[in-house]
Amino acid sequence: MEKPLTKNFLPNGAFPDLAAYELAGGYQALRQALTRMTPAEVTQAVTDSNLRGRGGAGFPTGRKWSSMPIGAGAPRPRYLVANADEMEPGTFKDRLLIEGDPHQLIEGMIVSAYAVQADVAYIFLRAEYTRAAQCLRQAIAEAYGAGYLGGNILHSGYGLELYLHISAGRYMCGESSALMNALEGRRATPRDKVLRSTDSGLWGKPTVVNNVETFCNVPHIVTHGAAWYKALSRSADGGTKIYGASGKIKRPGAWELPMGTTIRELLEEHAGGMMDGFALRALLPGGASTEFVLDEHLDVAMDFDSVQKVGSRMGTGTLVVLDDRTCPVGMLRNLEHFFAQESCGWCTPCREGLPWIEHVLAAIEEGRGEAGDLDMLARQAKFLGPGYTFCALAPGAMEPLTSGLKYFREDFERHIGERRCPWRG
Amino acid sequence: MLSPAEKQAIEEEMRHYANRPSCGLEALKIVQKHRGWVSDEGLADIAEFLRVAPAELESVATFYNLIFRRPVGRHVILACDSVSCWIMGHDRLMQRLTAELGIRPGETTPDGRFTLLPIPCLGACHRAPALMVDDDLHEAVDPEKVGEVLGKYA
Repeated sequence: MEKPLTKNFLPNGAFPDLAAYELAGGYQALRQALTRMTPAEVTQAVTDSNLRGRGGAGFPTGRKWSSMPIGAGAPRPRYLVANADEMEPGTFKDRLLIEGDPHQLIEGMIVSAYAVQADVAYIFLRAEYTRAAQCLRQAIAEAYGAGYLGGNILHSGYGLELYLHISAGRYMCGESSALMNALEGRRATPRDKVLRSTDSGLWGKPTVVNNVETFCNVPHIVTHGAAWYKALSRSADGGTKIYGASGKIKRPGAWELPMGTTIRELLEEHAGGMMDGFALRALLPGGASTEFVLDEHLDVAMDFDSVQKVGSRMGTGTLVVLDDRTCPVGMLRNLEHFFAQESCGWCTPCREGLPWIEHVLAAIEEGRGEAGDLDMLARQAKFLGPGYTFCALAPGAMEPLTSGLKYFREDFERHIGERRCPWRG
Repeated sequence: MLSPAEKQAIEEEMRHYANRPSCGLEALKIVQKHRGWVSDEGLADIAEFLRVAPAELESVATFYNLIFRRPVGRHVILACDSVSCWIMGHDRLMQRLTAELGIRPGETTPDGRFTLLPIPCLGACHRAPALMVDDDLHEAVDPEKVGEVLGKYA
């Protein structure tokens, strides 16, 4: 089984430097793209590969790039941004990709920037990823030194400047329009989606924002072609996927596997099953803002369309496992605390609604819940759902809550009826 | 007054951005790096240097989790309180930390050595519970041995 994204990973936290990366075939895709392909041909290869955005939404990458205006009269400068603001609770795949092989991300960004004819690129990295920042600083300096960045790369006539932007911490920065505000030195509030970022993004110029893992796939698509890339996958979406799992399981971790690997294989084969003495209760398939799935859903393939068929989303592809000895109400309280704290305050339902939901969940967990609380939570969940808020943060926050109210009804009722958390004794 | 070193660092960063005001967050981080935190005076000086309204810069400074508008200790502990760490024993870790330090989350020890802050998911979910001290990530921390972790920081 081929593992293109992690093939260069080294043990003990080391990463391949420029020489090692080149020895493993690195920067050959860049050479091929810039010297033998047109930008449109690179975009076409990515479109043909069925690469879908790995940040969680799964938008087709080639289609996003195709809306970038790159003709002679198109506005400049144009920007390309790697979203490395990985703050979705339960998610740690982008950190591993950056720390494991930083040149792969950089090469992917340069090839992608060439495809959309960007002049300037940023890596938007969350502040807490200090080790990743070290890796990237070294790799960017090496790439400039080798002439892979800067003016006239490999005498192709194409040039790109790449900067590392280190954020100062806020989940909203992961939303691409809020990310652009953050890069402009503003509060990370979302922008109106009437204008696409490829028309008016950073500083009003055409901008493409993609996730770290998305960019890491691009060199391999260019080198080996769309047919090879699609064949890596077990589903309609192309390629491999970095899956992960955390919670009370025997071997928590992350694994590169064919797209479409089932949840059961992830949980039972790769994560080694539940820890002794613990049973599976439910799990979040792709981070905090996805709906719970149950034991009966384990044979679903982890790809964007299949997980939706069982009422959830693949999201970031990193499972958060709830065991039978952890209180589901407490888990939901923890999740909604996160979303309430990280709401940017831009629109009223999210700003006012999420703290209220956290407040009610805290009351229920502490044995102060009231009979009407569950109906109230369900009603709030509706008004914080799709169509009522400015961005996807609150609807994302409602995914675990709505499914939790459905699957853990008895647990909620016990908390309210017994006026205590049964898990706390 | 911004120091010459601070001004120089801000001007270097400014070259990466399309205009002066866009450098606001970078400037806040630079001043914080030099002084440990961002005082009202420091904020006003940055605003003047970047030619932005102080209130606008204040809205940026208070928006982000890791710009400190109050003094912090020599070392800042960021204890992940998100879902995977919570499942794997964050509460117990926090109990041990607060007992060891004698402070609550958000506070600084009287000797100015540590500030303890909760932080969203540190991306170490498979090695939970996790915390950071300054730039160092500590994974799979045994709550009973948290004193050993803290002992590395004078």
